[in-house]
Amino acid sequence: MTRIPSWIWPIIIAVLVFAASRVVKNEYYMFAGYVVLQYIVLASAWNILGGYSGYVNFGSAAFFAIGAYGTVVLDKLWQPPLVVAIFLGGIVASLVGLVTAYLTLRLRGVFFAIATLALAIVLQTLVVNWDYVGGPLGYYSVRPDSIVGFPSYVNYLFVVMLVLALITVLVARAIEWSFIGRGLAAIRDNELAAECCGVPTLRLKVFATMVSGGLMGMAGAPFPYYITYLDPNSAFSLAYGINSIAMPLIGGMTHWIGPVIGAVLLAVIQQVATVTISSELNLMIVGGLLITFITLAPNGIVGLFETYRQQRHEHASP
Amino acid sequence: MVTFNLLVNAVVTGILLGGFYAAVTIGITIAFGMLDIVNIAHPVFIIMGSFIAYIVNRNFGLDPLLTVILATPLFFLLGIVIFRFYYAAFEKSGKGSLRGLAFFFGILFVIEVTLLLAFGVDYRLVQTSYIGPNIGFKHIDLPLRMVIPFVGSMTMVTGLYVFFSHTFIGRAIMAVAQDEFALSLMAVDTIALRQLAFGVAIATAAIAGGFLIVIQPVDPSLGREYIGRVFAICVLGGLGSITGTVIAALILGTVETITSTLFGPSWAPAVSFAALLLTLAIRPSGIMGR
Repeated sequence: MTRIPSWIWPIIIAVLVFAASRVVKNEYYMFAGYVVLQYIVLASAWNILGGYSGYVNFGSAAFFAIGAYGTVVLDKLWQPPLVVAIFLGGIVASLVGLVTAYLTLRLRGVFFAIATLALAIVLQTLVVNWDYVGGPLGYYSVRPDSIVGFPSYVNYLFVVMLVLALITVLVARAIEWSFIGRGLAAIRDNELAAECCGVPTLRLKVFATMVSGGLMGMAGAPFPYYITYLDPNSAFSLAYGINSIAMPLIGGMTHWIGPVIGAVLLAVIQQVATVTISSELNLMIVGGLLITFITLAPNGIVGLFETYRQQRHEHASP
Repeated sequence: MVTFNLLVNAVVTGILLGGFYAAVTIGITIAFGMLDIVNIAHPVFIIMGSFIAYIVNRNFGLDPLLTVILATPLFFLLGIVIFRFYYAAFEKSGKGSLRGLAFFFGILFVIEVTLLLAFGVDYRLVQTSYIGPNIGFKHIDLPLRMVIPFVGSMTMVTGLYVFFSHTFIGRAIMAVAQDEFALSLMAVDTIALRQLAFGVAIATAAIAGGFLIVIQPVDPSLGREYIGRVFAICVLGGLGSITGTVIAALILGTVETITSTLFGPSWAPAVSFAALLLTLAIRPSGIMGR
């Protein structure tokens, strides 16, 4: 019997989730599921740069907001189909990634981390001062009528995000298994040695930043229609920054499934905590889990699982 | 219309603000510049200092600046505890950088949310005699609430400068910053020195927090605005240089105030990012860098 290639599994799960979205009538599940899927995109996209190469990006919110505000601009201009907004958001976000990466990635990794942190703050300043997109008051976007073939617009958004999540996971997996992924792993382990062996380090890092930022921008594009009222505070929420770091760290950063596990786990905990306790407390939970995991289980859940498997293997074959 | 008078006032206010920025950044200069510990949670420790000043001032009527000076030993101890933990968990195993960053990011979150849960999102302020009155020369108005932090901050920074350049321990810490490995070969306990220096860095946050709440009302998430700013100043000054930090802080404070006079205060946060990117693109070693 031939081994089933692992890229089949994400597709099978996505198809099952899609089938479920057809059956489930309660809109709330679509609403909550959208957030979980959005975090799968953000966490997997973050991991392409942060997990594979070890360069920390604190500015996930900036890339996400570029996508979201890109949609707002398009919405005011000519209301294109959502797919166009997603593409444009992705392109603009990856260009911003290109500039930031090119300016700071030649230096030590810390500078890139700080620059991305500051990037989020500055873009927020720009948006607050930009009256065309609503400035500090925010922007109300009117959802288009339901799309043909979908029971409701929320359901449509859910399916769109499902497709985005599937694409992101497959892209992350493809990068991990290609020469790019090996090059990035070499950078993570020892950049100087990698450079000496002929790995084009700067080009790989910039490429990874562009892909990662672009995917985050794509995740942000449907957001204005999802919450219908977009203001700078919700688009640039620091929750995106911390979650997209915490999820891969908790899930495990060296394997593409890690961010997905982390995203599903944390996003579900947060959805439950928001409903049952309070929305501030759920950020506290994320912060606490983040600290616990990086100190006690630095390789995340995937790492724990692998250690367990290794130990069992050693026991089985003495 | 922007008059000459307005511009002069902006420059003077900018210098006063810049002096305060030096106090805010000095902890980062020590931790990041000298010890190579990327403590992005530093601004949130400053906010913690502000809130301690607020609680004591409100309940006992004590002067906020006196309070934070009394609080420095506590912050020093806190710094030592955090360093011990950081060292044991990340540096010892040699997996510092990335995980250390994420660790401080987590600390930032936990403290900020704790403050948020305890005090809510309201702005808090303190009552003292020097908040309100101005001292003026001819056309220039100097609000005392800016002058006193400026003077205090310059005193603190000068004190630290003397400590790092003229005392035995201070010079030993500078030596750790230069070449830790060489020093450890001479049987020096470099970990103890770094621990001490990190304690000092966190202790400065308490004092900076006292200045902050004198200058403006404080809310738990104010720290975020300062993250970009302090790192911009630190990098612009040339990592680890106290003189450079002061010069960079004065420059950034002045440029920010002029920007907000000319274009409106909502543009001020963008200044620090522009300064950071320009520095990294043109001269990554900063003003006083080697």
